[in-house]
Amino acid sequence: MEANGVLIMDSSPLGRAGESTRKIMFTVCLTLVPALAVSVWMFGWDAVRVLALTAVFTVGVEALIAKFSNTKIDYLDGSALLTGILLAMNVPSNAPWWMLLIGAIVAVVIGKQVFGGLGQNIFNPALVARVFLLISFPMQMTSWPLPGAFDGTTGATPLGILKTEGIGAIKTIGVGDLAMGHIGGSLGEISALALLIGSLYLFYKKYITWEIPVVFIGTVFVFTGAFYLINPAQYASPVFHIFTGGLFLGALYMATDMVTSPLSFKGKLLFGFGCGFFTALIRLFGSYPEGVSFAILFMNAFVPLLDRYFPDKKFGMVKNG
Amino acid sequence: MNVKEKLLKSFFVENPVTGLLLGLCPTLATTTSAENGLGMGLATTFVLVSSNVVISLLRNVIPNRVRIPAFIVVIATFVTIVDMGMQATLYDLHKTLGLFIPLIVVNCIILGRAEAFASKNNLWDSFLDGLFMGLGFTFSLFILGSVREILGTGSWLGMALVPGDWSTILVFVLAPGAFLSLGFILVGMNKIARVIEGGK
Repeated sequence: MEANGVLIMDSSPLGRAGESTRKIMFTVCLTLVPALAVSVWMFGWDAVRVLALTAVFTVGVEALIAKFSNTKIDYLDGSALLTGILLAMNVPSNAPWWMLLIGAIVAVVIGKQVFGGLGQNIFNPALVARVFLLISFPMQMTSWPLPGAFDGTTGATPLGILKTEGIGAIKTIGVGDLAMGHIGGSLGEISALALLIGSLYLFYKKYITWEIPVVFIGTVFVFTGAFYLINPAQYASPVFHIFTGGLFLGALYMATDMVTSPLSFKGKLLFGFGCGFFTALIRLFGSYPEGVSFAILFMNAFVPLLDRYFPDKKFGMVKNG
Repeated sequence: MNVKEKLLKSFFVENPVTGLLLGLCPTLATTTSAENGLGMGLATTFVLVSSNVVISLLRNVIPNRVRIPAFIVVIATFVTIVDMGMQATLYDLHKTLGLFIPLIVVNCIILGRAEAFASKNNLWDSFLDGLFMGLGFTFSLFILGSVREILGTGSWLGMALVPGDWSTILVFVLAPGAFLSLGFILVGMNKIARVIEGGK
């Protein structure tokens, strides 16, 4: 309804920010460009191949569903593309095409469309696919090409080395290497710094708020730091923990997913704390080296409860009213 | 209702697993392969048929107030027979299914059919009801076991379907795969059930 300078006779919201799903999704995709650039620089054409394949597969699967579905699905709204990019950032750069196809089908079908499409899903689709692939293909998902090694050398991630070989094996890895991306890992976990730079724009646009990422990363820092202080000979430093693995990717781009994170301030704090707590718990004592994806999926399941116990403040409500 | 129609109904419309959603615990836990699913289904079918027959015969003798304990005693007797019989003849299968054989006692399909059907109907109808329900259960477990075995290990009834160096989707032989497969099988079976019901 156009205002045309006369009275607006419409139900709220009356003021519009000019946002749309499409705009938000493509903006988020664009902010991932620095991190993607680093991954392409590190892994070369393999990274481009993985990115292109997952993007085509996720959008393609969604388009197929849209064709055969009774409901109208806008498969070009960017949400499938974002899922594809995030999935690409979660797999090794030498992932075979069929693994990416299975991942895309799982993400779009099981992660999103069975719940009723965008906005209805309980779990982050890209993470559902990542965990599915991790459980299904443990061999392919844990041997990571080393950045800059174009001869196909593979190795474990720093967290994997920490888990299997102990604290002594990671002494040589400096913080600079971790922040810049000179470590083995998936496309998205190698450069914490590039992810942070990209996400600054999301903070500026208020697409994501500070609570979840800050509390998430802070909890991991405090939890692992406490164990580091107790016994530095056995536990890695908290700095190592926050710059390795998918923590930045998870905290900035996956835990903050608008659909699968709580609405209220208190809910976000608790959600971030839970993600950080379980990440640290799995990393320190679990059988998997990395716990970010499990922690986020686990806390995703609590989002309806968190929204129920800490409802978002409604505008115009009177206290005790 | 004639026998053929009842058989069709117990396979698709009133299938214990996909129609009534009963006995999901053994369904999810034992169907890591088609063979396991088939074994579990047939063991349950034997117990279901036998207990239905005996309970139908005793339906006028069992006092109403203690009927549930009485049913359980009858069911437990047959489960013990199956348990010992399988241990003697099918030792490997018995070892794979493990605890889930004794747990047939508390399978709600069996108590459900005893309470809802066998205690109110004559011998022949109870026998058929037990047989058809058991076969329906076996059918679901076989389908679920087949899907999980083919996707999870790349074989069917122990026969390899893909070359040995292919990667299979391991998650399907694990617990999450059981839930995922069951979900998609439910979708398909409900669709078939709707077609059958609509066809009448």
